[in-house]
Amino acid sequence: MTAYARDVVALARKDLLVELRTRETVPAMLLFVLSALVVFHFALPASTQGSDIAVAGLLWMSILFTALLGLTRSFFAEREHGLLEALVLAPCERSAIWLAKALSVMCFLLVMELIAIPAFALFYESVSGATVAAVVLADIGIATVGSLLSAVAAASRTRELLLPLLFLPLAIPIIVGGVGASVADAPGRYLGFLGLYDAIFAIMSWASFEYVVTE
Amino acid sequence: MSLRNRPGPALAVSALALLMTAVALAFYWVPNDANQGFSQRIFYIHVPVALTSYACFIWGAWKALRLLWRHDSAYDLESYTAIHLGTIFGILTLATGSIWAKISWGHWWLWSERQLVLFLILFLFYCAYFMLRYSVDEGPRRERMSAVYALFGVVLIPVSFLAIRLAQGFIHPTVFTLDGPQMTGQIFFVFCLSWAGLLCLFAALYQTELAGKRLDRSLRELRRSMAV
Amino acid sequence: MTTAEKYVTAAFLVVLAVVLLYVVIYSFKIARLQREVEELADQVAGGLERPETEAADREPERVS
Repeated sequence: MTAYARDVVALARKDLLVELRTRETVPAMLLFVLSALVVFHFALPASTQGSDIAVAGLLWMSILFTALLGLTRSFFAEREHGLLEALVLAPCERSAIWLAKALSVMCFLLVMELIAIPAFALFYESVSGATVAAVVLADIGIATVGSLLSAVAAASRTRELLLPLLFLPLAIPIIVGGVGASVADAPGRYLGFLGLYDAIFAIMSWASFEYVVTE
Repeated sequence: MSLRNRPGPALAVSALALLMTAVALAFYWVPNDANQGFSQRIFYIHVPVALTSYACFIWGAWKALRLLWRHDSAYDLESYTAIHLGTIFGILTLATGSIWAKISWGHWWLWSERQLVLFLILFLFYCAYFMLRYSVDEGPRRERMSAVYALFGVVLIPVSFLAIRLAQGFIHPTVFTLDGPQMTGQIFFVFCLSWAGLLCLFAALYQTELAGKRLDRSLRELRRSMAV
Repeated sequence: MTTAEKYVTAAFLVVLAVVLLYVVIYSFKIARLQREVEELADQVAGGLERPETEAADREPERVS
């Protein structure tokens, strides 16, 4: 393994171990996504006649806002304890920090979705394979862009307030790809679009992380 | 680039001349559109304003890229000013587009009009840009983060446009759109005139606002060095 | 004026209004900058006077 890969693995392991011991983020995300799914049931009047589109959107909204919840935690703890500065001083590539964070966020999202998707299937309607594929692709986009923006927001005074503002406009294409893949007859286009989004923004996030964390 | 010089009246005068001519021609000379009639003339202000807005964001992103490349703080104000003006033109795009939608289809907002939806997304994005700048203390950190965000913005433009097109596949498809005219000679001429005028306006406002911001910063630095 | 003409004119007027509003806001900013420059100029002038009076005090010593 190259030094870069070693750094990434080490940092990602650290995040996952911390989460395993403190159990702060993932349980909260799980509870939030379940609560959101229940709240949405009461937010839908019967006149929608059970159309596919409205319901698929609820899964994606729940995932998006739960992801935001998890992302606010990702760099903020590090910022508070001055760990981010220490990491930046460490002799590793700055982008390795970002990649490790994105990987750990991805893990959290996948764990959350292990519960969210069956819950959605239970409460609303069954979930197709295309939806699951779309969720995984969307997670990549959310984790990569979200980790970068979390570092940006962590450096600001308004933190948790700023992250959703920065992230939501960038999340619109993810939602379009995801909901499209869930409802369309030919989900291929939408899955391809999600892949394109992931590729473009992952590369941009990887390249710009260095500029965001150095003083 | 010549835009770095002290603001002169040349660009403002050009903007005045071009825009006045374009507006006069748009109202009195151009023929009525066969389908939409008189109301289609909003096209002469709506589309050039939209294109100018894109130009502003691209200019701002270019300056942001230069900042990250050259580590030169001077580009920060230039990028910020361009994006500020781009947002103002974006608001104008939404306003003129909304008026056009009202006169064409009777609604103040059309989800089926792709350009309008794109500008709404961009408007949200660039408002967040300002929130970012206001909530981070001044310094090289803020400059770099703003630059990165500005670059994300310009990449978001085509990605969002693609997303909106794809979304029309599953959101209720409607036929309400704002169509431009068939581009005959007269129409194309007035359109170009209007766009050129707006680009000159952008350049003139850009120079003025940049000069003001630089003056502001110099004064603050002067104060700080005098307090020492 | 027909309804269409009213709306088209409104669109152009909105653009004009926003540009003029920008000019108004900017003129306030210029006024503030002018005030700051005047204040700083006064401070600098005050700073220049003090060294002059100090030099004048030192003068008699050299003469005597």
